[in-house]
Amino acid sequence: MSTETNPGPGITGGGGAEEDMAANRRARRLLFGCAAITVVTTLAIFFVLLDNAASYFFGARFTEMLLGASAERSVTFTEFFTGARWAPDHATPAHGVLPIVFGTLAITVGAAFVSIPIGTATAIYLSEYASDGVRAKLKPTLEILAGIPTIVYGYFAIAFINPVVLSPIAETLFGINIGRYSMLSGMLVVGIMTIPMVSSISEDAMSAVPDDLRNGAYALGATKFDVSTKIVLPASISGVFASYILAVSRAIGETMAVTLAAGFNANITPNPFDEIMTMTAYMVSMARGTTAVGTVEYQSLFAVGLLLFVMTLAMNLCNDWFKRRFQEEYR
Amino acid sequence: MATDHESEPTTNDAQLITTDVQATGTGRNGEPTEPVVTARDLDVHYGAEQALNDVDIDIPEHRVTAIIGPSGCGKSTFLRCVNRMNDQIDSCRIDGELSFHGKNVYDEDVDPVALRRKIGMVFQKPNPFPKSIYDNVAYGLRVQGMAGDVDLDAAVERALRGAALWDEVNDQLDSSGLDLSGGQQQRLCIARAIAPDPEVILMDEPTSALDPVAASKIEDLIDDLADEYTVIIVTHNMQQAARISDKTAVFLTGGNLVEFDETPTIFENPADDRVEDYITGKFG
Amino acid sequence: MSTETDDTLFTDVDLVWEHRKNRIFLAIIFAASLFGVVALALLLLDVASDFYVGLTEYNISLVDFFTRDGSRREELSGFRGAIVASIMLMIVTAILSFFVGVGSAIYLEEYAPDNHITRLIEANLANLAGVPSIVYGLLALAAFVNGIGMGPILLAGAIALGLLVMPIIIVSSQEALRAVPDGVRNGSYATGATEWQTIRRVVLPAAMPGIMTGTILGLARAIGETAPLIMVGALFVNRMPYGPLDRFSAMPTQIYNWAAEPSQHFIHLAAVGIVVLLAFVFAMNAAAIYVRNKYETEV
Repeated sequence: MSTETNPGPGITGGGGAEEDMAANRRARRLLFGCAAITVVTTLAIFFVLLDNAASYFFGARFTEMLLGASAERSVTFTEFFTGARWAPDHATPAHGVLPIVFGTLAITVGAAFVSIPIGTATAIYLSEYASDGVRAKLKPTLEILAGIPTIVYGYFAIAFINPVVLSPIAETLFGINIGRYSMLSGMLVVGIMTIPMVSSISEDAMSAVPDDLRNGAYALGATKFDVSTKIVLPASISGVFASYILAVSRAIGETMAVTLAAGFNANITPNPFDEIMTMTAYMVSMARGTTAVGTVEYQSLFAVGLLLFVMTLAMNLCNDWFKRRFQEEYR
Repeated sequence: MATDHESEPTTNDAQLITTDVQATGTGRNGEPTEPVVTARDLDVHYGAEQALNDVDIDIPEHRVTAIIGPSGCGKSTFLRCVNRMNDQIDSCRIDGELSFHGKNVYDEDVDPVALRRKIGMVFQKPNPFPKSIYDNVAYGLRVQGMAGDVDLDAAVERALRGAALWDEVNDQLDSSGLDLSGGQQQRLCIARAIAPDPEVILMDEPTSALDPVAASKIEDLIDDLADEYTVIIVTHNMQQAARISDKTAVFLTGGNLVEFDETPTIFENPADDRVEDYITGKFG
Repeated sequence: MSTETDDTLFTDVDLVWEHRKNRIFLAIIFAASLFGVVALALLLLDVASDFYVGLTEYNISLVDFFTRDGSRREELSGFRGAIVASIMLMIVTAILSFFVGVGSAIYLEEYAPDNHITRLIEANLANLAGVPSIVYGLLALAAFVNGIGMGPILLAGAIALGLLVMPIIIVSSQEALRAVPDGVRNGSYATGATEWQTIRRVVLPAAMPGIMTGTILGLARAIGETAPLIMVGALFVNRMPYGPLDRFSAMPTQIYNWAAEPSQHFIHLAAVGIVVLLAFVFAMNAAAIYVRNKYETEV
């Protein structure tokens, strides 16, 4: 479908046609501009994060350095990546990002333990077992779950999961008194909110497995369990993995639910009932709008944001790769 | 759990090398044997639509029985009744009787999973699993819980030899079944079907997706399979039915079984005029 | 489907364990499938009961709630400013993202040659959809709020949300355009129409219901987004915005403010706010489904 469609032999372009072709070319250029905005957005995100993160590490943004500002080390990469205390806004500041990276990864891993098994099981049920009637009810229900704003999940964590579910368990079983926030609450709530991503994308992958394969297995005397676990799941595995990665990527970038569930205390702890802080929760806690420009708190937002962006970008590229592999398998 | 392993397919090896296309299904030492699969008043409906109408048939043991007829005549439906693959279709309703060794397979106490372990099936389109060649052939043995009881390597080799595929793939058993050519894939599916040593093998137009050379290899193979298995093959290719089958059943529209007899009789001297019209191409 | 066959025919096949395994497996995956449903029910139940308790025990008056703005004092707090801000945000976001989003989709589906620039745009789109929403907030904060000195105004928040929903609008518009059969296009070309004429007069009208559905779903996602607005600075404002250049706090940020307060009264205000927010979200989803169903048969 190229634009340079030749109108045909014998037509040299009478007034109207020529004008129409010009309008067509203008439209094409304008629409290309629209599409280009998406690329510009990505570049702008990357540039803005990099530029402002520079001021955290070198005391000045790259753009300021170009205008003559001198670069002086304020935070070293060694401290940033290996320091075990995170308190850039403290009277005696510490710039080790590890505690909040730990917080993010702990929530992500914990959430994956909830969403991956449950989401996969749901996908198998929907794709292989559920009758049309059950599917017609279960799928929209899961879609509602996916459509609920994350702030509502945060509320659910702070008003229900933590005080009503976890607090009594911690107190009666372990004698621990938990506060408003806990790591476990964050894991659970992020796990719940990513179930629909795993289940719907995995189910799509499983439904794409041709019935020929199922029939082949049934004809050999396989049971439904055999067909589901030994034929359908392996055949759709790259699509299923893609859904896992998407869920993990979403958990890494998840903000409001974890902020209200897991809290603001940057520490590395094995105790799931402790309050922790994720990278995103730190960013929320430091958000001050315009007033804070130039402070180390403001600058640190972008250093953490850049790290977060790189982590999710890596996940997205992984996801792309798996998706493409799956499409190759069944094309 | 023990299925009969006494049959020794290794005797096939000599025959498998032969490449000539055998003209007919004669030469079988076929005195009349007891029927393996019998149908009595078999009716099948898909929703309101009738797919089989009052079918009566006795399919003999260790013979190749071909089922022919125009498309939509119910021949595949009949085949899928034998191992209850129609159970997968919700709208399918079955009345009458279809017996395997005298036992109605639609009786309450018959488990379709158990039934399918006695009756193998090969489909129209080759459908190897996206697994290695070895795992494809071993799949049936594994799901049937026989993997621990038999020498898996030997069973896989036996099945691949039985499907005339061993010589082509014995050095690449770990590569994917999907990497084979279409004809090889179909023979892999046949190996997969015979590996658990079923009694009956159902074939649903097994050569229709293949080129003529690959198809003729499968035809040779079917001829050999009848030494050990009862083969029921659905085909739309009348020449194929004439070449490879011992008995032929002709279904015409509406799911009616019009005539069932020895293959030469069907093709040379059919009793029913409609069959003659169909065979000679006047109809269908 | 009993396993015990009295007939000798199938007795050599022992399926008792197989069937037990199947039943256990089905029980497990069925329970897992219900987990999501139960979680949703608990969430809605929790919000509903807190809403009820808020109205009864904390004497939150719905009239006051809808006619007052946010306040530091719990008994004076209302939601009006936040609701107005959210509606304004949605309008500005829709304006910003709809035309650019649909334009991009048209380019990618109807014009784009199959070269590596197109593939780059497509791949970039997939990645943009996966960028955490808080990062869009950072972009708006650095580039617009502080970069060009816009300040923490509603327009800055709308830009962040607009960029956020753009990939959603583009992808759903692409699907809608793809669903228009090629025969329709060829019919138009055969009358001597240019590509642009074909798109404007034939393709776009046919794809419009799908595009609208995707856009409404995108906005339903945007109305609940909190993190980008917090980054832009929409946290500490209580009054109602009088235009897109005013400072603001929208529904989700107001809810966050309340939920993060230790006072139970504020927590219950948050619950009432969530009921309003969810009403918006569900209404928008219902509208999207309505549009899809109404026009689905015609295309």
